Amino acid sequence: MPTEKGLEAGLEDLSILDPKKWVKRYADYLFRYAILRIHDQDLAKDLVQETFLAGLKGLSGFAGKSSERTWLTAILKYKIIDLYRKESSGLANIKDLKQEEASQDDFFYNDNGHWKKEYAPRPFEELADPLRDKEFNRILQDCMKKLPKLWASVFTMKHMDDEKTEVILDELRLSKANFWVIIHRTKLSLRACLQKNWL
Amino acid sequence: MNALKKITYNCRRATFLIEKKSLTTISIKEQFELKLHLAGCSVCQLFQQQSLLINRMVKGHFFKKEADLPNLDSNFKQSLEKRIEAELYGK
Repeated sequence: MPTEKGLEAGLEDLSILDPKKWVKRYADYLFRYAILRIHDQDLAKDLVQETFLAGLKGLSGFAGKSSERTWLTAILKYKIIDLYRKESSGLANIKDLKQEEASQDDFFYNDNGHWKKEYAPRPFEELADPLRDKEFNRILQDCMKKLPKLWASVFTMKHMDDEKTEVILDELRLSKANFWVIIHRTKLSLRACLQKNWL
Repeated sequence: MNALKKITYNCRRATFLIEKKSLTTISIKEQFELKLHLAGCSVCQLFQQQSLLINRMVKGHFFKKEADLPNLDSNFKQSLEKRIEAELYGK
């Protein structure tokens, strides 16, 4: 039989984690978190569901050191990295990569590495108006969606989530040299895509 | 001298260094190469500005505004709630 103290502690735990309210409190937040990182609504839905289910299984592992939301977000984050790992291997992705790399070889002259005129950066239109900000943001997200999966994963982990480079190398099994090549190529692609679509 | 001339004209290399520099410390030699290149290349200066703009956007101050992001549909939420209750109180 539990002592009174033990009982109280148990009740406290319940008040910290309240799964019945998870959907109301965190579903939209987690969904948006996922959308920004994987750009696919159906996948994002699945991930939110999996996150809650994993959370239920792990209730007893919650140490109370972070908030409920932070804890659930951490679960989701690992699920996203798992997905990155799966998506960025595989043949389809290798084909994507080759295509995107080839299109970039057009950006610079082969002999001296100088910008070709038609691909050289031109100034973006001013972002003075908040409505235009939104539009710019939407185009940027679309451009991110078009990236080869491996690049998008590396880029998002580094730029959006400030992940340590060593962690990314480890999770996605990349060499350091390869990592920097991807960081460079991703930005070339994104910038070119913005220039093409942002009028 | 040849090596210097090479970087002065090599925008592919310069943009690589711009990206690396925005995320980590680059070596003194690389810093020197990049400075030299940027001093004479307005196109790469522009690239750098735009690259940093993209970084800022991605890092969040636009992305975190929720305006443009979808919400979960309520049917899905309901089914999630049911699923969680079922898990909590024995299936």
